[in-house]
Order: sequence, then structure tokens, then C-alpha cells
Amino acid sequence: MASSFNVNTRTEAGYAVIETDGYLNGPTGEKLAETAKDLMNQGYNTLVINLEKTRLVNSIGISILIEIIEYFQEHGGSVHFCHLTPVIERTFKMMGLAQHAELHSDEASATANL
Amino acid sequence: MAEEKREVTLNIPIHPNMELVAAHTASILAEIMEFEETHIDEIQLAIIETCINAFEHSNSRDSKVTVTYVLTNDELALKITDHGTGFGAEQTELLTGEARARAMQKRGWGLEIIREMMDEVEIDSSDEGTTITMLKKRI
Repeated sequence: MASSFNVNTRTEAGYAVIETDGYLNGPTGEKLAETAKDLMNQGYNTLVINLEKTRLVNSIGISILIEIIEYFQEHGGSVHFCHLTPVIERTFKMMGLAQHAELHSDEASATANL
Repeated sequence: MAEEKREVTLNIPIHPNMELVAAHTASILAEIMEFEETHIDEIQLAIIETCINAFEHSNSRDSKVTVTYVLTNDELALKITDHGTGFGAEQTELLTGEARARAMQKRGWGLEIIREMMDEVEIDSSDEGTTITMLKKRI
């Protein structure tokens, strides 16, 4: 049972990548949002969130992801997601997240046109 | 031959991350029943959303939620009960049309997600508490 949550951050030319590991809910979503905003403050307004090691995202976690998307859009940036499980992808689409961020199968396709 | 029925009951305290205990138990039981991986994820998310709803909105008098898992040959039934103040019918209605299409609605998705993930969902709520009964069929 994954009750811990970790983020790993990597920066590339023109974009940053956050890899999540664990259950994404309210508190861990806030941790992710802080990391994302730090990257924005460092000048990275294009963000890739890699969810390969996250199997569960609850609705509060998704609402925080939406806030991250809005924050990046307000600052002229964009957010891209990759490695979603089928259930996470379906939930993202239900809650409208997919209308405002791109969903990709893997990191290579997420970054292909950045 | 009579259908075999097995039952597991958990009493979980209303405390951060306790929903994962209920979800993990469901995952183990669904694996035993040989549910496919995506269906196990659906069950886990439904139970997480149900528990979170109870944790956040029930005002439970005993600060706990009871989760009962009933396993039959082809179905996993989940019954989640809190002893809170209940909620009205308007809070259990499905989003449709414009409401569903409204972009970027952030909160209040719990029941919608539960219904999306499970095959059957019943809600019984009164001022004595709320019981949500959910069913997932092994296809």
C-alpha cells in the first residue's frame, strides 16, 4: 500500500519534468503544487507531470492538478501529463482536466513538440 | 450448488489516509477474485471517494466508518456506513447536460466518480447516518 508520496524533479531545455510516486490526494497534491510553482518561479512555464509511479489519484488531488494547470495558463505556460493508468485518464476526462492539459502515453510523446 | 459468500468487515477511524486501508483491502480481495487490473483500480478509487465523502461531510458521531466487503463467485459488493448526519437527495443526483459539461468544475465529484467506476450504486441516507452500497461484477 503506497501511503507515502514523493516527487522527483528534472529540468530540460525549455521545460521541467515532475515524476510523482504514490497516492495523490489533497495534502500530496499541495506538495506537488508547491514544486510546480517553484519551477515556474525558476522560469520553467512548461511542465510535464509523469504519473508512471502513481496508480491512485482522488478527486481532491485532481482538483489541485486543475489549479496547477490554471496557474501555469495564467502565466503563459502549459502542463502536460504522461503515463496515466486507464482509470486516471478516465477520471481526468470526467472532471474536465483533459480540456485544459495534454495527456500523453509517455514522456517522449509529451515532450516531442515542446 | 449454493453460491459461496465470504464477508470481511473493517472499522476504520476517520483519519487522514485511512481510506487507503479500505482501498488496499478491496484490492487484495479483488485480486483473490481475479478481477482485472483496471477493475481493481476502479474499485479502489470508488472506495476512496466514498470514504473521503464520509470523512469530510458526515459529521460522524463515532468518528469511524464501517466497510463491509461481500465476495460471491462473480461479484464484489461493498457497503460503507457512517453514523453521521446524512445528506439530502439533491446531493446525490447525477450531473447531466450542462452541469456535467461545465468545464473545470473542481469540487463535488465524489459521487459522480463512484457511479462511473462501479456497476451499481445505492445510497441510503438519513439523520442516523449514510450507507452507500456498491457492486462490481467480475466480467
